[in-house]
Amino acid sequence: MARIADVVIIGAGIQGCSAALHCRQRGLSVIVVEKDHVGRHASGVNAGGVRRLNRHPAEIPLSVASMHIWHGIEDLLGDDCGFRISGQVRIAETPADLETLKTRAQHVRDLGFTHEEIIGREELYELVPALAAHCLGALIARDDGFANPAQTTRAFCRRATELGAMFLEGCRAEPPRRHGNVWEVPTTAGTVQAATIVNTAGAWGDAIAAALGEPVPIEPVAPMLMITDRLPAFITPVVGSASRYMSFKQLPNGTALIGGGTLGTADPAGNLTRLDLPGLATLAEAARALFPIMRRTRVVRCWAGIEGQLPDGIPVVGPSSTEPGVFHAFGFSSHGFQLGPVIGRIVAELIADGQSTLPLEPFSIARFAAHKQDTRLKEAS
Amino acid sequence: MTAQAQNFDLAILGAGPAGLAAAAVASELGLSCVLLDEQDQPGGQIYRGLGRMAARLPDRLAMFGTSYQRGLPLLQGLHAARIDYRPGTLVWQIDPPGRIWTHGTGPVEEIEATRLLLCSGAMERPVPVPGWTLPGVLGAGAAQIILKSAGLVPDAPVVFVGNGPLLYLLLSQYQAAGIEPAAVLLTGGIHDWAGGALHLPGFLASGALPEAAKLLAALRRSSARIVRQVSDVSIVGKAAVEAVAFMSQGRREFIPACLVCLHEGVIPHTQLTRLIGCAHHWDKQQHAYRPSLDRWGNTTIEGIQVAGDGGGIAGARAAELTGRIAALEAARALGRLTEDERDRRSAPDRRKLARILRGRSFIDTLYGPRLARRPPADETIVCRCEEVTAEQVRQAVREGCKGPNQVKSFLRCGMGSCQGRFCGLAVAQIIAAERGVPMDEVGYYRIRPPIKPIELGALAEMAEV
Amino acid sequence: MFKVTPQLDPGGPTVRFRFEGRELQAPEGMNLAAALLSNGEIVFRESPVTGAPRGPFCLMGICFECLVVIDGKSGRQACMVDVAENMDIRRQRRPEEEP
Repeated sequence: MARIADVVIIGAGIQGCSAALHCRQRGLSVIVVEKDHVGRHASGVNAGGVRRLNRHPAEIPLSVASMHIWHGIEDLLGDDCGFRISGQVRIAETPADLETLKTRAQHVRDLGFTHEEIIGREELYELVPALAAHCLGALIARDDGFANPAQTTRAFCRRATELGAMFLEGCRAEPPRRHGNVWEVPTTAGTVQAATIVNTAGAWGDAIAAALGEPVPIEPVAPMLMITDRLPAFITPVVGSASRYMSFKQLPNGTALIGGGTLGTADPAGNLTRLDLPGLATLAEAARALFPIMRRTRVVRCWAGIEGQLPDGIPVVGPSSTEPGVFHAFGFSSHGFQLGPVIGRIVAELIADGQSTLPLEPFSIARFAAHKQDTRLKEAS
Repeated sequence: MTAQAQNFDLAILGAGPAGLAAAAVASELGLSCVLLDEQDQPGGQIYRGLGRMAARLPDRLAMFGTSYQRGLPLLQGLHAARIDYRPGTLVWQIDPPGRIWTHGTGPVEEIEATRLLLCSGAMERPVPVPGWTLPGVLGAGAAQIILKSAGLVPDAPVVFVGNGPLLYLLLSQYQAAGIEPAAVLLTGGIHDWAGGALHLPGFLASGALPEAAKLLAALRRSSARIVRQVSDVSIVGKAAVEAVAFMSQGRREFIPACLVCLHEGVIPHTQLTRLIGCAHHWDKQQHAYRPSLDRWGNTTIEGIQVAGDGGGIAGARAAELTGRIAALEAARALGRLTEDERDRRSAPDRRKLARILRGRSFIDTLYGPRLARRPPADETIVCRCEEVTAEQVRQAVREGCKGPNQVKSFLRCGMGSCQGRFCGLAVAQIIAAERGVPMDEVGYYRIRPPIKPIELGALAEMAEV
Repeated sequence: MFKVTPQLDPGGPTVRFRFEGRELQAPEGMNLAAALLSNGEIVFRESPVTGAPRGPFCLMGICFECLVVIDGKSGRQACMVDVAENMDIRRQRRPEEEP
């Protein structure tokens, strides 16, 4: 017997769980289908950065809106999600860095946003006394911070469940089929029927998009992270550098979490990632270069999750370009966590109101129409 | 980069009986072979301290029985053969089939080998009982290690708790040193013999009887209070051990103590095989996870073999034999031996191994875990590093966690220094019991590098090369 | 708690070392965890979670209970190292209390 709901959401990472909650709040019945378990992949194992800082301009309005939700997350979810307003800084290590950051700050102001500002050496070293001595200044977002990604994803799921959403874990979705106004999603736990499909399947989102005739050039990537022993509290803001792929934060329990863009290898079919040791060494070197006192600190574990990377570095968010009743929100290219709260709201708006209050044009799946052409050509030849 | 060669036919990890025996055979067959071990002295745990004792106090070796001395030829073989032996070297990451990253006193190094043989041995089975994290509680294996390697015996009241031949061995060795525990609280009892009887013929044929008889004699001789079939054990104390509480024949009792030797057997140490991604399965008889191996020690990952207790508990003598057999197979895989030659040369060892393994069923049945098998009391700390209790794990399961990795992300169990070595089995058991599913369905923690913590600076230095 | 049994006393040179500022002695080359135990010390560290006292359990590098600070380097497993002359050993404390 098929299960029926207004909305079936494929993928229970933060985007899917947030969509489930917001759809319930709009009175839509929801079934979430998840091939592993809630928060199993990127949403559960990322660095937990909650930032507006240094986002692609298209993402800024969404990120700013999402931050409002973050600042009330405990009321919304009944869980503080480990959210800390620690500030986030992006450090200039060289004069060229500083110029880049200043240009950036101006650009953000020109767009009408005030959350990013430049600070000079004096304030930088007041805020981050453990920083190596060579830094010149930084771009700061004072009310950015970090949270616990697994805890946050589960909190969205829990709240959505309390409001009546159904989550089916260990349940893999097959390509959906439409019969008139009804979508059928075959799954390993039976068929789910709904008027609307939401594709929040992360690095696996392209399978669904391709089945609907709108493939996107998503690449599964595996950004690596490492975590250390507990240390005495020595740093408050989350720190990145304009010169390096690295993000550094000290968690409330004293451990230091070091992440960034250095990549391992992803095997999405096997739910596996392999670590790249030279990349880990580069990450360790970046941390040591910025925080010399960390040289003796012990790294306890390294890992990598599976993220869906799109070539322009921004996600696909919005309605399907080929089929009615389908909405996509995937391909967050390793920085989707902070956007999760607002993405869910956007999805619910699109379904319930037919439009969103936020500008989604840059995220349209139609921008990959040329890719669709290429794929067809490849298949034909 | 050092002047040492960094490319080998075979890399052997662990210089206990399996590793030492394998290295000797590999070297005889002309394989280029490196033997890596974290400890400074060879012998693993079973032969720990043997080299030093043989050098300084040779007439004391008899105190430890003939089985201890069986390690001497292995140690001598190490010095005789031209084996590249690297003590004090931690292997902290493996990229199968054969890239290994090590760390000793110098910088991080990378070694390439065509094949790997993992001989990580066994570890103390965790026996979570309330109070087991108090200072003064040691594993019986631990007590044996400091006896062998440092000559230490208790000089305060000690209580033995648990099951397993090692307890009896420790008892007899303490007796030889004039020490008697205050009590020996055995979690096994007479009813175990009924189950064991089925396996008795195999045990008798295995040749283990004389040794076993000696151990049982030690028990009979002991002036300690012996209590069988104890249950509901808890260790009492504020900042250290003060007493052991237990149930026996329906009565709750307390025995004052300053030290507790807690032991219910040993289990394979699977951290490396898990890291590599080898398949493991639950062994009902041994009540432990073990890597899935063929009869040559091949794991499910091409080029990676396991020998010794790390592949399943069978003792030191069996470890030697599986080490030798694995080395022959490695030589075959490297094209240095034909299949026939390998089969022929391994035949005598196989016969000896078969005899020993026939005796295992008896030992496993008779001396299996009792305390460690029962669900721990709610307040028991099961993850020692992060102080996560059994009740917290149960609650996480009730909230929907299906396996250890989910529970870990909820509660931090398995995230501490030992990276799940000491809590993995207990947490999996609790989940299985709470969900009512078999152990194989529950699975185990995902293990990631580094195998042991490594300094950020040491990692960073790799970037400079 | 533990003593060297006379039968197994190698009777060679001893080394002097310090634990928590107190001067101790042990046979040269003795395992550090054993050296501390033989001097009556069973509390090696504080649990970083609650500060509860902890001491060695497995003596073979698996349990990580025996973590001490050796000559200023923290997170060292005492069971994996031999005692040496002039070694300065301290208990590993919860991070707040480290200088």
